[in-house]
Amino acid sequence: MTILVRAVGVEKSYGDFKALKGIDLKVRSGEVISIIGPSGSGKSTFLRCINQLEVIDGGALWVNDELVGYRRVEDRLYPLSESQIARQRLATGMVFQRFNLFPHMTALENVIEGPIQVHKRKRAEASAEGRALLDRVGLAHKCDAFPVELSGGQQQRVAIARALAMHPKLMLFDEPTSALDPELVGEVLTVMRDLAKSGMTMIVVTHELGFAREVANRVVFMDQGAIVESGTPEQVLGSPQHPRTQGFISAVLA
Amino acid sequence: MNASRSDVSVNQTPEDESASFIDISQLRHVKRRYYGRYISSILIVVVLAYIVVAFAHGQIDWKTVATFLTAKTILTGLANTIVMTILAMALGVVLGVVVAVMRLSSNPIARIVAHAYVWFFRGTPVILQLLLWFNLALVFPHISIPGLFEFRTVDVMTPFLAALLGLGINQGAYTSEVVRAGLLSVDNGQYEAAKAIGMPRLQALRRVILPQALRVIVPPIGNELIGMAKTTSLASVIQFAEMLHNAENIYYANARVIELLIVAGFWYLVIVSVLSLVQSRLEMRLARGAGRPSAKQ
Repeated sequence: MTILVRAVGVEKSYGDFKALKGIDLKVRSGEVISIIGPSGSGKSTFLRCINQLEVIDGGALWVNDELVGYRRVEDRLYPLSESQIARQRLATGMVFQRFNLFPHMTALENVIEGPIQVHKRKRAEASAEGRALLDRVGLAHKCDAFPVELSGGQQQRVAIARALAMHPKLMLFDEPTSALDPELVGEVLTVMRDLAKSGMTMIVVTHELGFAREVANRVVFMDQGAIVESGTPEQVLGSPQHPRTQGFISAVLA
Repeated sequence: MNASRSDVSVNQTPEDESASFIDISQLRHVKRRYYGRYISSILIVVVLAYIVVAFAHGQIDWKTVATFLTAKTILTGLANTIVMTILAMALGVVLGVVVAVMRLSSNPIARIVAHAYVWFFRGTPVILQLLLWFNLALVFPHISIPGLFEFRTVDVMTPFLAALLGLGINQGAYTSEVVRAGLLSVDNGQYEAAKAIGMPRLQALRRVILPQALRVIVPPIGNELIGMAKTTSLASVIQFAEMLHNAENIYYANARVIELLIVAGFWYLVIVSVLSLVQSRLEMRLARGAGRPSAKQ
């Protein structure tokens, strides 16, 4: 299987604060990776580095066989232009904790904005596909609703459809259910579960250990900017080896 | 807990029925009296009546007012005022958006240029700027790009062009601050969401950020537009034939000063009323997706 994401010693600092202290991770095509860990552990930062919402300071990151953010000529690195970065981002779709739907557009307009503006697809064609995507996340009847008229769970499902509309190879989820009322978490997880079954490569930063156990191929536990432990859900969630992992999991389950 | 509490209240009712079970819809409601309002409205009516009577008996020739209200010179001035308001504001908004984007750019040169522009044009009186543009020929007698064209500045810098540049460029400095505030008001998550679907910065600005910023920008811009309608009168100092300038020219000839000022004042009020109406309509349209009742009108 091809390797879709390869992180080698990825570092990121904000001033004196080291948010990431050398992250090594490989994600193969079709894998579902769950990143768990306490807040401030750097898991969201790492996710944001993958699609260049943050710029890394050290190590290297490849997505879809391309060096992220740079063009390398022998031992020199040339930073990519903005349009090249925008093109690299097309390999990944991102779902945010706070949905970040465009409030001035309907659900369907949110979904077809990228295909029409970035991929330059025809409106009719993009709309047809957009409706199919909204149907897939169970929102065929909400095409013309504005985000403000939707519940949090519905908004997050629209956001997933919006990301999928760009046909990414990799989907990044940044705590997709953390901002939701408890009774709305299930509908979003269901959509994500179906997406995983369809073979989509996914990296999910989450606090939903149940989801991680059920859907993920691999669970990565991060703390203080480093990967402490990773392995199958049974290993990491069932019989964690490191005391920090044990402490975190018992605290979350308590 | 709940069950026992309701038990208590059920038990209490028979003892104290008249006090605890009243239905306010069954009783006669006595209206509250607002004595302050009654007195102040009477006072206001008296004062207004006094003012109206005073003006009716004052030395104002209302016939002259009526005659000049639709005089050709006044109407030409009115048209010039409206045209100048629209063009200068359009120039101001275009400059304002460009400068606001420059100020928020990552390019330090763009930021410095934008900052200097705002500093200079906000820092000097608009009437001084109008005079500077109008007298540009004193500095540069000729405007030319060698080999392409050459003009005498006095031929090019008409009162109209000087007024347009003076008012528009000055307005741009103010508008850029309004636009900047609007851009900053849009949540950072919107930039990130736009980037995440592969939009470069300018496309994200145009499609995602500016449409949302507009909701914040339009009310103060409407305010500035209304201000502009009246600020055009300053262009009378550089002989631009806007309404006040023409009204002045008439009263220099016929000495009917107050009558012509009333005529001009009337038309300014008309312009501003129309602009206010346009503004509220525009705000309603921009409320799309904002979740206020007006969004559905």
